[in-house]
Amino acid sequence: MQDSPGEKMRGIVLDEHVTFTLHEFCHACGVQTELVVEMVEEGVIEPAEMQEDEWQFHGHALVRARRALRLVRDLDVNWPGAALALDLMDEIERLHRR
Amino acid sequence: MEFKDYYKILDVARDASPEDVKRAYRRLARKFHPDVSKESDAEVRFKEMKEAYEVLKDPEKRSAYDKFGANWKAGQDFQPPPDWRREQAFRGGPGPGGFSSASFGDAGDFSDFFETLFGQGQARGGFSYQAGGARNRGEDVNATITIPLDDAYRGATRTITLDVPEVDASGRMTRRKRTLNVKIPQGITPGKRIRLEKQGGSGADGAPAGDLYLTVEFDPHAFYRVQGSDLYVEIPVTPWEAALGRKIKVPTPGGPVDLKIPPGSNSGKTLRLKGRGLPGKPPGELYVELKVVVPPATEENVRTLYEQLESLDSSNPRARFGVQ
Repeated sequence: MQDSPGEKMRGIVLDEHVTFTLHEFCHACGVQTELVVEMVEEGVIEPAEMQEDEWQFHGHALVRARRALRLVRDLDVNWPGAALALDLMDEIERLHRR
Repeated sequence: MEFKDYYKILDVARDASPEDVKRAYRRLARKFHPDVSKESDAEVRFKEMKEAYEVLKDPEKRSAYDKFGANWKAGQDFQPPPDWRREQAFRGGPGPGGFSSASFGDAGDFSDFFETLFGQGQARGGFSYQAGGARNRGEDVNATITIPLDDAYRGATRTITLDVPEVDASGRMTRRKRTLNVKIPQGITPGKRIRLEKQGGSGADGAPAGDLYLTVEFDPHAFYRVQGSDLYVEIPVTPWEAALGRKIKVPTPGGPVDLKIPPGSNSGKTLRLKGRGLPGKPPGELYVELKVVVPPATEENVRTLYEQLESLDSSNPRARFGVQ
C-alpha cells in the first residue's frame, strides 16, 4: 500500500550548525548516556563545546556515532577499531568528493 | 516460504567448523557491511549473512537446521514439519540464550523462513546499554536522495518513496511503501545528511517510530563541479581574450555575470567569484578556470595572421625542457 504524500517534512541537516545536548544525542542514537560517554572517552566522537557543564554535539558526531555503533555491533570491532575505520572512511569520502 | 541455504550464504561447507563459520562471516561482513561496502545490494546481502550466522554460530540452532538435510536448495518452497514447534524450544522470545542480533532501534527483520523456524528475531537488546524506553522503537531508515544542483541553490521540495519497515499487529516485520515530501534546505551540499525524526520504521507496542536519515547527493551537472559549497566551472576563452584581457559573461547558478579577464592570462588560470557558489554561512565561491581554445587556421586570412604572429613572437614555451 502506498499513501499519498502529506505535508512538507522539514528535517535537520547534520552539520556544524546543529547541536544536540547530551540527552538529545543519546536519544537520537537510541542508547544510554554511558555508551556515549564511552565513545567520547575512546575518541570515537568529539563533543563540540560545553554548555553549562554539559556536552554538546554537532551533527557530524551523530553520523559518526551511529556508524560506530553499527560497526561495533556487526563486526565485533572495539571502539578504537571503529574510530580508526571511521577516520579512514571520512578520509575516503573527502578524497572521493574532490 | 523460500528455503534459505545458510551454508551457501556464508560460503562454507556443511561440515565447516565453528571457527570456519566465524571466519567466513567476519570476512563477508567486512565486505558487505552497509557502512563500508560499495556494493549496491550490500544491505540485503548483509542482512542475509547476519541471519545465516545467527543460525550457524549457535550449535542448537545449527543442528536443528541441519535436520532438513542437504537436499534443500535456496529458494525452494518450504514448509516446516507439523511437529516442528513442539520439538524445538526456540519459541518464547528474548531472554537468556535468546537472540542478540539487533539493537539500538534496529529491529531483527529476519526472513519468514528464520522466524518460522526459530521465532522472531526480536531480542532488540544487542547493546546491553540500551535505553530502556528504546526497546521497541522503530527501525532507523537510511536512504539517499539525489537532487539537481539548482534545488540546493534555491531550496526545494522533493517527493521520495521509501520502503519502510513496520511492525504489524501480530508483531511481525513487514515493509510498506511510504511517500514523503521532503524539504531540501537551501545551501545543502553533497554528502550531507538530513535527519527526519520519527519518519523511519514504526515502533512496536506503541513505541516511537525510528528516524529517517537521508544522504544528499547531486546529479552530475553539465558544467559545474561541486566541492562542498564551492563550484568550479571551466570557461573557454580565445587567445586574444586571454592575452589582451577582456570582459566576458560567465554562468553562475543565479544567472550570468560579468567577469574581467586580466591581460596575459593563460589556460588554467583560475578566477574567483566571491560568494557565487552555493548559499550558506558563509556562501561558497564560484571558481572559473580559463581554458584557452585556439580557433583553427583553415581560412586563408586567419592563417596569414597566425603566420605573422609566429614571425613576430620569439618566446619559447618549452624553454624549461631545454628544447626549442
